[in-house]
Amino acid sequence: MKFGIIIFPGTWSDRDCYYSLNDILKQKVSYIWHKETDLSEYDCVVLPGGFSYGDYLRPGAIARFSPIMTPLERFASQGKLVIGICNGFQILCESGLLPGVLLRNVHLEYRCQWTYLKVENSSTAFTSRCQNGQALKIPISHYEGRYYADDATLAELEADKRVIFRYSTPTGQVTASANPNGSLRNIAGIINKRGNVLGMMPHPERSCEPLLGSVDGNKIWESIIAGI
Amino acid sequence: MPVSKEMLDNVALSQAEYRLIVDKLGREPSEVELGMFGSLWSEHCGYKHSKALLKQLPSKSKRVLVKPGEENAGVIDIGDGLVIIMKIESHNHPSAIEPYQGAATGVGGIVRDIFTMGARPIALMNSLRFGPLTDAHNKYLFGGVVGGIAGYGNCLGIPDIGGEIFFADCYSANPLVNALCLGIAEAKHLVRARAYGEGNLLMLVGADTGRDGLHGASGLASRTFEDERELRSTVQVGNPFLEKLLIEACLELAQTDWIAGMQDLGAAGLTSSAVELASRGSGGIEIDVLKIPRREKGMTPYEVMLSESQERMLVVVKKGYEGKVKTLFDRWELRSDIIGFVTGDGLARIKEGGKIVAEVPVNVLSSSPVYRKRVKKPEWLNKLQSFDVNSIPDLPRRKVKTVLLRLLASPNVASKRCVYRQYDHQVGNNTVVFPGSDAAVLRIKGTKKAISLTTDGNGRYCYVNPYLGGVIAVSEAARNLVCSGAQPLAVTDCLNFGNPEKDDVYYQLKECVAGIARACRELKIPVISGNVSLYNETKGEAIYPTPVVGMVGLIDDVTRHCASGFKNEGDLVFLLGEGKTVDSSIGSSEYLDLIHGMIKGNPYIDFEMEKRMQRCCLEAISRELINSAHDCSEGGLAVALAESCLANGLGFVSSEWDMEGRLDAALFGEAQSRIVVSIAPKSSWKLQKMADRYQIAATKLGVVGGKRFILKGCTDLSLKEIGDAWYGLEKLL
Repeated sequence: MKFGIIIFPGTWSDRDCYYSLNDILKQKVSYIWHKETDLSEYDCVVLPGGFSYGDYLRPGAIARFSPIMTPLERFASQGKLVIGICNGFQILCESGLLPGVLLRNVHLEYRCQWTYLKVENSSTAFTSRCQNGQALKIPISHYEGRYYADDATLAELEADKRVIFRYSTPTGQVTASANPNGSLRNIAGIINKRGNVLGMMPHPERSCEPLLGSVDGNKIWESIIAGI
Repeated sequence: MPVSKEMLDNVALSQAEYRLIVDKLGREPSEVELGMFGSLWSEHCGYKHSKALLKQLPSKSKRVLVKPGEENAGVIDIGDGLVIIMKIESHNHPSAIEPYQGAATGVGGIVRDIFTMGARPIALMNSLRFGPLTDAHNKYLFGGVVGGIAGYGNCLGIPDIGGEIFFADCYSANPLVNALCLGIAEAKHLVRARAYGEGNLLMLVGADTGRDGLHGASGLASRTFEDERELRSTVQVGNPFLEKLLIEACLELAQTDWIAGMQDLGAAGLTSSAVELASRGSGGIEIDVLKIPRREKGMTPYEVMLSESQERMLVVVKKGYEGKVKTLFDRWELRSDIIGFVTGDGLARIKEGGKIVAEVPVNVLSSSPVYRKRVKKPEWLNKLQSFDVNSIPDLPRRKVKTVLLRLLASPNVASKRCVYRQYDHQVGNNTVVFPGSDAAVLRIKGTKKAISLTTDGNGRYCYVNPYLGGVIAVSEAARNLVCSGAQPLAVTDCLNFGNPEKDDVYYQLKECVAGIARACRELKIPVISGNVSLYNETKGEAIYPTPVVGMVGLIDDVTRHCASGFKNEGDLVFLLGEGKTVDSSIGSSEYLDLIHGMIKGNPYIDFEMEKRMQRCCLEAISRELINSAHDCSEGGLAVALAESCLANGLGFVSSEWDMEGRLDAALFGEAQSRIVVSIAPKSSWKLQKMADRYQIAATKLGVVGGKRFILKGCTDLSLKEIGDAWYGLEKLL
C-alpha cells in the first residue's frame, strides 16, 4: 500500500504527515506536487494542513482549482481513500467532495490546543481500529474550523452516520464547552456518502508519539492501513 | 549637492556626520548616496552608539562556528553534523504605529534572517511589552500585535513556542515587540551572506519593490517620534504566503552548489543587503535599478534603493547557473530577476540604465562612526536604589490569601495561555514542552537530543539597577533552561532602550550591557547575535531599559527533560538555592509595585550561589532524580508553588516550615537563585547530599497532593480559586 501527500503552495503539515506515516508507521509515502496529474500509484491520498495560497479569498478556494484536483476527483470516484486534514478538509469542502463549509471560529481567534474527538462511527475505513464512543486526543490548529451546513445536509449526515468525529470531553461527553470553535453539533470530522473521503479539522499526524503527548492519531492511519 | 537641514533630518544624519561623508568621499554625496549613508549609518544598521559597548559581550565558545557580525546570525554546533542559528530582532516602532502589520513583518524579517543562511526555521518566540490593559489604546496595540504574530507566523508552519509578556506604564506609547527565530541546518549546507566571485550575478527574488517602508531604518528605528500618524506609511505590509514560498525555495536552493551567497532584504532594503554582501565578500557590487521590478510607477532610484518592501531576497548566483536557479524559483511561482553583478573594484555602484546615480566605496558605507560617552550615575537612580524595606509594614498572615490571588491575577504573573493558544506551537512534530513552562523544549529529529528555548528580561529590575538587571536577565534565562534539563549554549539579545544621546539613557545601556557581559562570561554562554533598538521614547519619556535575553540550551537525552508542573501525588517539594529569607528581596518586585504602588529597591541576586545552584539542578535532572523544576521569578515563591500546582492540577500542602524574616519577603520576595523542585520521598536524601556538595540549601517546603493549595497558618485555597485568578487574563481582553 502507498500513501501520497499533496503539496500545494503554502501547505505545511506535509512534513508532519510524512513523518508520522513514514518514520513512525513505516509506510511507503511520496510527496505529490499540486501540478501533477497522475495518482494511479497510490492507495490513499492525503491533503495536509497549512495555508494553501495563503488562505487568500477563502481557505481552499484557490487550491481547488489546482491541476491535481481533477485526478483527485477521479481517484475518489474509484472508491480509493482520501483524507483531508485541516486546510485539506477546507479544500475538500470547497471542491464539493464533501458537503458543508468551514467558517471562522466563533470567537474569531486562531486556536492551537488539544481536543478530544468522540468516535461516532467505528465501521468506516478511517475508524475501524477505534471503538464507538472512544475519545481520541488529537490537537487542532486553525482559524477557520467551524463546521457549518444547512439543516437538510446535517440531517442526511446524521442519518447516514457520516459524522464520524465530534469534539468531546476526555471521557467522550459531547458538550458545548468541549467545542473549541463553535462547529455545529460539535462536528470535527465527516465522510462522504460512499465512505472513502474523510475531512477533519484536527491533526492526527501530530498525535503520533508518546513524547509529543498522544499517539491517538495513529489509530486513524492504522485503520486505513488495516483496510487496504 | 547643497544640503539642507531638512534633507539631513530626513535621513537622520547630523551636520558633523555629513561633513565626515564629504571628507571621506572627497566630494558632496548625491541624493541616492546620501540616502544610503543615512540608512547604513543609522543606529539600526550601523550601531553607532552601541558598537563600542557591545564589544564587551563574549562571543566565543568551542561550539561557536561563526561569530556574530560575520554572518546574519551566529552559528552553534550541536553535534551530529547539525548546527543551530538563532537571532532576535525588534519591531517596536512599526508596531506602535500599526500593531498588526508591525508585528507580522517583525516575524517575517527574523524568519528571513534564519533561512537566508540555509537553515530551516523550527521555532519562533516573542518578547512583548505593553502599557496596562486597562487603557483602550494599549488593548488595541496588544490585540493587534498578537493577531499579527499569529496571522503571519501560523501561515509559515513554524511553531511559535511562547516567550514573555510584561506590562508597565512606560510601554504605553512605546510597546516592545521582539521576535526570535531559531533554525537548524546541516553544517555542510550553510549559506554565507557574502558577495564572492567577480562576475557572479545578483538576483532579486520575491515581492516587487514599492514605496512601502521608506526610511524605516533611519526614520522609525533611529530616532524618537512625536507624531506617529505621519509615519504610518513607513510601516510595511506583510505577505506570509510569499514568505512561505521563499522559505521552501531558498532551502531547496541551499542544497545546491549554484549560489555563492544569499542575503535577505530587511531594514534599509536593497541598500543594506547589497552593501552587507559586498562588505563581507571580496569586492564590490553593481546594480541597475531599472532591472528591479516595481509595484508602483514613477519610483526614483532613491526610493528603489531604500524601499523596505517585504518578502525579498538577494541571491548571489554563480555565473552560468542563473538558468537553473530561475527554474527553481519559477516552480515555486516566485519572480526572480538579475539586477546586477559582483565586481572587483570595492565600490557600490548604482546605475539607472546607463547613468551612474551612486558610486561609493563599500568600506566607507559600512564603517559608520562610533560614539562613546562618558557618563555618571544619575542622582535619581541613587534614590530609587536606597529603599528601606522597614518603611513598609510586613504582611499579616490573614492577608496572604488576598495578596496571593491578586498577584496571580496580575497580568505580569497571570498565565498567557489566551495568547499562546493563538499561535501554532505544535507544527513540526517536535514540541515536547509547550509554552507556559519555564522554557519550551523541542526534540531534534534523527537524534536523541532536544533544545530548550526561553526569553527573559525584567525592565523593572533594569530601571532600578541596570547592571544587576542585566546580570539577572542572563541568570534567569539560564535558570529557565536549567529547569528544563538543558545546558545553556548561547544567547541572542535585543537591547531596547531610550535615546542614547541622553546621558542617563547611555548610562543605563552601558551598565546593562556590562551586567549581561559579566553574567555571560561567568556562566560561559556566548552571545551569538542580537539587535539594538534605541530611541524608544515618546515626548521625552523613555521606556524602562529593557534588555531581552533569548537563550538556547541543549538536552543530550530528550527523555530526561523536565517541566514546571508537579507530577505525582506524594512527591516532596524542595526549594533549591537561596535558603534564607532575604528581606530586601521585595525590592523591585511585582508585590511591591502591585500592593504598595512602589517601584524601587535593588533586586537581589547572589551570583556565586546562582552558578552553584544551576549546576546542582542540572545534575539532579540529568540523573532523573527530580520530577519537576520551576524557577521563582515574578511573584516569588508562593506564586511559583501555585503555578507548579496548576500545570497538572495537583495540590500542595506546606510543612510547618518556620520562616525567618519578613513574611512578605518569604512568600513574594523575588530573590533570584531559587528553584522549586518535586521529588519522590525515597530519593530526597540524595537531593540533600547533592545540595550539600554544591554548598546550596535544599529546604523542604511540603508535599504534592489533593486539590487544594495550602500554606499552613497562612492560606488554604482550592485549585479552582487560584486557577480562576491565574487564567483570568483573557477576561481583560
